[in-house]
Amino acid sequence: MPVSVRPVARPSRGLWEQVYILEVVRGLGVTFRHFFVNLWRHGLKLAGRATEPGAVTIQYPDDPAVLGRRARTRHRLLRRADGSPRCTSCLLCETICPAKCIHITAEESPDPGVEKRARSFDIDIGMCVFCGHCVEACPVDAIRMDADRVELAAYSRTALIWDIESLMQEPR
Amino acid sequence: MAKTIKFRLDGTAVEALEGETVLEAAERAGLRIPHYCWHKALGNPGNCRMCVVEVEGAPKPQAACRLPAKEGLVVRSASPASRRAQSAALELHLVDHPLDCPVCDQAGECGLQDYYMDIGRYPSAMREDKAHAAKRVPVGPHIMLDQERCILCTRCARFVSQVSKSHELGIFGRGHNEAVALVPGRVLDNPYSGCLADVCPVGALTDRDFRFQVRVWYLDGADSVCPGCSRGCGIRVHTSTRRPWHNKGRRLARLKPRFTEVNGHWICDEGRYGYADFDTDRLGKVMRLKDPSAELGWDVVCDEVAVAIRQGMLKDPAGLAVVASGGLSNEDWRAFRSLFVDALKLERFLFAPEPDQVGEQDELLRRRDKVPNLEGGKAAGFGTQIKSLDWDGLAGEIESGKVWGLYVVDRDPVKVWGERGRALAEGLSLLVCQGPRKGLTGGLAHYRLPATDWLEEAGSFTNFQGQVQTYLPALKPLGAARPDWDIFSALEKAVNG
Repeated sequence: MPVSVRPVARPSRGLWEQVYILEVVRGLGVTFRHFFVNLWRHGLKLAGRATEPGAVTIQYPDDPAVLGRRARTRHRLLRRADGSPRCTSCLLCETICPAKCIHITAEESPDPGVEKRARSFDIDIGMCVFCGHCVEACPVDAIRMDADRVELAAYSRTALIWDIESLMQEPR
Repeated sequence: MAKTIKFRLDGTAVEALEGETVLEAAERAGLRIPHYCWHKALGNPGNCRMCVVEVEGAPKPQAACRLPAKEGLVVRSASPASRRAQSAALELHLVDHPLDCPVCDQAGECGLQDYYMDIGRYPSAMREDKAHAAKRVPVGPHIMLDQERCILCTRCARFVSQVSKSHELGIFGRGHNEAVALVPGRVLDNPYSGCLADVCPVGALTDRDFRFQVRVWYLDGADSVCPGCSRGCGIRVHTSTRRPWHNKGRRLARLKPRFTEVNGHWICDEGRYGYADFDTDRLGKVMRLKDPSAELGWDVVCDEVAVAIRQGMLKDPAGLAVVASGGLSNEDWRAFRSLFVDALKLERFLFAPEPDQVGEQDELLRRRDKVPNLEGGKAAGFGTQIKSLDWDGLAGEIESGKVWGLYVVDRDPVKVWGERGRALAEGLSLLVCQGPRKGLTGGLAHYRLPATDWLEEAGSFTNFQGQVQTYLPALKPLGAARPDWDIFSALEKAVNG
């Protein structure tokens, strides 16, 4: 594949930039602009003239984290109506996983309509890069990344490996 | 020499032998025409219609597997009209196919998947519910049948009638209810039943042994030769080493037949399933009976063994016996002869297949001697100039004190001798056991030298017809294991001082 290279000139420092103090004032101007714009927006919200407030600082971890609606968080394995895991152990998620953090072993299912099921399904959260490819690859919508849990730290590497039972638990 | 017929296929000039069909000539020339029911060894019933091709001058598409090659024929297998006809045939095959690829072991090497991606990709016109049939029927000890996935190509039924001649499977019913099933009262347990998983182009007949162990795209392969008997069938070894949690941690996943003149397209079940315990009980380090936990280097042990052999031979030069087998490769036999015959000038050898290495024989492939390389031994002089002892004779010589030492290469005298084996082995002043497994000689050997097993080394076997075939390593050696020829050479160096 041919690679096209575009040289980018290094920005030069003129007299204005070299007189340091003027740039400090300009930077503080940005800070104050944000301050007053936010103040204006909060004021509008208080007066009932706007629906969205200005920017707020969340006091995480004292306050809970606010996650976006499409945030990819800890994996969750879904269940069928009878409570058994939906996973058919096709290994497509394990195959597509770029971090190789999904480890599945398969076995015969006692349910004749299912045929194949996971004997074990481990995700090494410590290796996961939260790309979401596993969710895209799953043909039966058995895995999602919507447990809305981001506090996954543990005291050992082995404790970072989530097995099928813990992945199926509904997040608190 | 047979007359050749020239015709054109997709713009390429192809030469066919007299009596060949267009499909056979194309396959021989390395050109692919889609097909399911045609198999080189099983004939051409022409029922799958996947090989339909456009022929210049013919009003309708023709089945390439039934079309005799004619001089000047112009065939187009990839023209829009041909592809439309092939795609329509594929759509019919998939009308009742369950499309359960995620749980199907054939996925990744399935004819339906391959041709769908190649010539299919149509929007399905099927609006009715799919007809359901029996799934996961264990038809035999090695094969699982799924009637839903079957496309009724009849390859399996032809295999059991033409090749194994055991007639366990048949096509029953008509039209929509047609299905592959066992003949009532029969079980699919012929000695070649594993081949059915190979001939089935879809996931209808799958291997129970391999079922759900590894997805096929995780397998690595190497061309090898089956060491199960003196036929030496060509095999393709599939290993799973990239993800150790698959396949129950075993490195060897399955053996598949590889087409050679020796075995054709088939291998027997003994060879195919005989190596399931390849990785169990493996010896990974050099061991001495006195201090089994000591970490010993090869040099130290080779010197110690050489000294023990030399000291024993000072007293009685003919009292060291060697037990080997036809499991050695040609290269091993050469080094073996160089060490024991040329350097040490020993006279007592046991290498002929005794009851521990003899089994069933049939006309198709299986041979009585369950070792691959007796002919290679003969070429090195074993069985021609040098005669073999038998187990009873060797036991008698140990009991009478004529034999003071025993060098065993990958055989188990203690097991063969049964109850008296332990006493015989303990009566020896030197017992060296070279081989890939820990359990050989019941752990009584003074020195245990870890050798590689056949999948971990390259070499060649000479089969009973004199055909020399090479095999390539599929796996890395375990621990400190070395090939047999390498151990013999190192010992020879140590013995010569």
